[in-house]
Amino acid sequence: MTEINGPEGPEQPAGNTPDEAAVGPRRVVGTPPPAQARALLVRPEDEEKAPDRELPSEPDDLVLAKKAEKLVASLFILAMLAGFGFIAAYIGLEVHSLDAVLRSNLALGLSMAVAFLALGAGAVIWVRHLMPEVELTEARKPLRSSPEDKAAFKETFTEGADASQFVKRPILRRTLIAATVPVAVAPIVLLRDMGPLPGTSLRHTAWRKGTRLVQAVTGVPVLATDFVTPGGILTVVPEGTLSDDEELAKSTVLLIKLRPEQLEKPTVMNWTVNGTVAYSKICTHLGCPAALYEQTTHHILCPCHQSTFDAARGAAVIFGPAARPLPQLPITTDSEGYLVAQSDFHEPVGPSFWERG
Amino acid sequence: MSIERGLEGVGTWLDDRFHGAKGLRTFFRKIFPDHWTFLLGEIALYSFVILLLTGTFLTFFFQPSMTSVTYHGSYVPLHGVRMSEAYASTLNISFDVRGGLLMRQIHHWAADLFMAAIFAHMLRIFFTGAYRKPREVNWLIGIVLLTLGLLEGLFGYSLPDDLLSGAGLRILEGVLQSIPVVGTYLAYFLFGGPFPGHDIVPRLYILHVLLIPGLILALVTAHLFIMFHQKHTQMPGPGRTDRNVVGAPMYPYFMAKTGAFFFFIFGFLALASTFAQINPIWLYGPYTPTAMSAGSQPDFYMGMLEGALRVMVPWEWNVAGHTFSFNVFLPALVPLGAIFTAAAFWPFIEQWITGDRREHHVNDRPRNAPTRTALGIAVVTFYGILWAEGANDILADHFAVPLYLTTRIAQVTMFVGPVVAYILTKRICLGLQRKDAHLLEHGVETGIIRQLPNGEYIEETRPVSEEKRAALVFRSKPPGLPSSGEEDENGVPAPEMRGALGKVRARLYNIVTESVELEPSHGNGHGDGHGNGHGADHAPAAVTSGEPTGTGSGTGEGDQHGS
Repeated sequence: MTEINGPEGPEQPAGNTPDEAAVGPRRVVGTPPPAQARALLVRPEDEEKAPDRELPSEPDDLVLAKKAEKLVASLFILAMLAGFGFIAAYIGLEVHSLDAVLRSNLALGLSMAVAFLALGAGAVIWVRHLMPEVELTEARKPLRSSPEDKAAFKETFTEGADASQFVKRPILRRTLIAATVPVAVAPIVLLRDMGPLPGTSLRHTAWRKGTRLVQAVTGVPVLATDFVTPGGILTVVPEGTLSDDEELAKSTVLLIKLRPEQLEKPTVMNWTVNGTVAYSKICTHLGCPAALYEQTTHHILCPCHQSTFDAARGAAVIFGPAARPLPQLPITTDSEGYLVAQSDFHEPVGPSFWERG
Repeated sequence: MSIERGLEGVGTWLDDRFHGAKGLRTFFRKIFPDHWTFLLGEIALYSFVILLLTGTFLTFFFQPSMTSVTYHGSYVPLHGVRMSEAYASTLNISFDVRGGLLMRQIHHWAADLFMAAIFAHMLRIFFTGAYRKPREVNWLIGIVLLTLGLLEGLFGYSLPDDLLSGAGLRILEGVLQSIPVVGTYLAYFLFGGPFPGHDIVPRLYILHVLLIPGLILALVTAHLFIMFHQKHTQMPGPGRTDRNVVGAPMYPYFMAKTGAFFFFIFGFLALASTFAQINPIWLYGPYTPTAMSAGSQPDFYMGMLEGALRVMVPWEWNVAGHTFSFNVFLPALVPLGAIFTAAAFWPFIEQWITGDRREHHVNDRPRNAPTRTALGIAVVTFYGILWAEGANDILADHFAVPLYLTTRIAQVTMFVGPVVAYILTKRICLGLQRKDAHLLEHGVETGIIRQLPNGEYIEETRPVSEEKRAALVFRSKPPGLPSSGEEDENGVPAPEMRGALGKVRARLYNIVTESVELEPSHGNGHGDGHGNGHGADHAPAAVTSGEPTGTGSGTGEGDQHGS
């Protein structure tokens, strides 16, 4: 039923422009527009009783309008004062400490909000109570061009195509297309040096035979005899990598102390030291640090997507989207009793990648 | 008087050079239909303007550099901490630049409002069928804008290089790596080597402040010009047809209203940024790959992707030395990708099913297109479940539900929910249509009980107002399948309805066009009949969009009811 067959609705629906006749050019309050400008306002399409003006010059309710005028003016004054307040707050309030920043933010934000909201409210009241209510109807023409226009365009297009010789001379057309192909590919080639090729770098970490496990942030090495409370957990990194984010993103390890009898397969027992087991902290799902540990259940939980690993059973996945256990780092103690790595991880750490296999 | 003359002088000067009088007059008198839902797109537009303004301010102070520095600024708890220059300069903006924190917070709130407004605007367009011919191209531009907005937001909140956004980048890296064949290379090229590297913040910065906003600006301009050229749609109402546009003129009405609206949005964002803290990066700390806090959430518009990653089962294949990480690239690419793709194709699919090639300028009320509305709600349900799952740890904590249970629920409801939503929505729409039909037929109940001379009690009804009636009776009916009535004398269906595809189309047609029929008299005729019967005065042109078949039978039926 969208295609309306009947004539268009009334140009001016009743009730919206109450007395157009009364609002003639005779009775103009305020500055009368120049005669020419007013003449422009008359729409030639308006067949029947073309009114002198489409928009009444006075609001429907003059009493209400008077009240609204006062309110709007007050709101604009408020906006102005708030604007000055903003400038005053900027000049008067210092920052450079948390408290000062909060004070400044409150003063600046509040004055800005008041200024804008008062301006907006004023303008809305202005439109609703001071501008006369109107509802106009504008005809829509179908978007499709007329057959004549289309034919004329087609002719122009064909003429141009002929004049360009694009159709007549295929050798030009084809060589032009051939010339653009490498030009289109070149920018992609140009991106090649955005980064090095991965090579095998995702397969190795900084852990080597004898690398000491040091605490993240502080860099203090861990004595096996200091880390003895069951349930204890420590984030450790290879010695010498404290400020190397690329290494930390691969090599960070969770050191967890369990009672030796708690450890079950597939934990590799030879890689543990008296119930202390080391797993990669980089989640095998998407690489977040699997940072949450629940002592009673010895579950490691990654806070990003809740992959859960069982620290007592080789960090096997017990819930969540991770597909693989956290790789276990072989550890032992050195001659001074510090915890050290036996070797690098035996498999790539972190999220999967295509070449991982 | 002098202002008048001055204006005229300026106008003449300009007109002598640009020949603007006629065009500008048309522009000033351009009619804008009114409906509150038409403001949603404006919210998005003005949020974008505010983003450009506040964003420019932020660039004066932000250092897009990952060079490591030791902090010695005004925020004491982080004194002596190693961090990137990006993070340090963000602290500087927050604590050492007057108005810096306010601008940062307005920028972030405006980004959230921008995305929320785009979502709401898009839903409005979908549910009212405003994407139909001739507006398909603008619908597609809108989908591209939404996608660009997602990227722009993700890149923007990654810039401060705080612990939360760094984790987001880590996830982005993992998702890139999971893409078969090229993934590892993509990740290495984007990050300039192994994660995190020193390139990602400057690269995201230039994408965030130049390339993507430039594209958004260009597409928004196209979006607006097309809207302007095609003229805005209107909601059904008295005098409104597909061949006109009813409303207030651009000048002064729309200009004043839209200007006021801009101030409201700016004021609202300033208010939010004064009282509601957002992205307090000084509390998160600088990014380090070794740490992560519980309850980490992305901004809301990324929540659905986050939920999709969380809800997925651990499904990974190793084939011939290569890894297919279905657990990552499927949820990252498929659910949202499928929704966007389906949305992009939907106008054309619907057109093919209904065979409706006409221009539509009067919007559907959602209830009058039950299948479309039901499909939309099904998608919203699917999206909403994954979105909620994106915050499942927060939900589990708040409502004391076991964490894993929330994921299990999402795994089931993401499939069941949309089906239930579809069925329910369709029933509700059809029910609302029946309610409308009832209103048209019997009028509004007044609560006035009257006793007839024969002792019978009746409740008086009042015919619905002209305005409401016009809105209620408007239906955009499809033109009908070629098969109906166009079979030739041997019963052979029309060419496009033959074969398996034709049968599918015929079946889909019946589903898509399912609707409660208004009795033919519900057009002009019934209204007049009722009106006369109850002695209510009725404007003669009650329903301009009335069905051409309405007038004849209406009077008779009206008499029956009225007596």
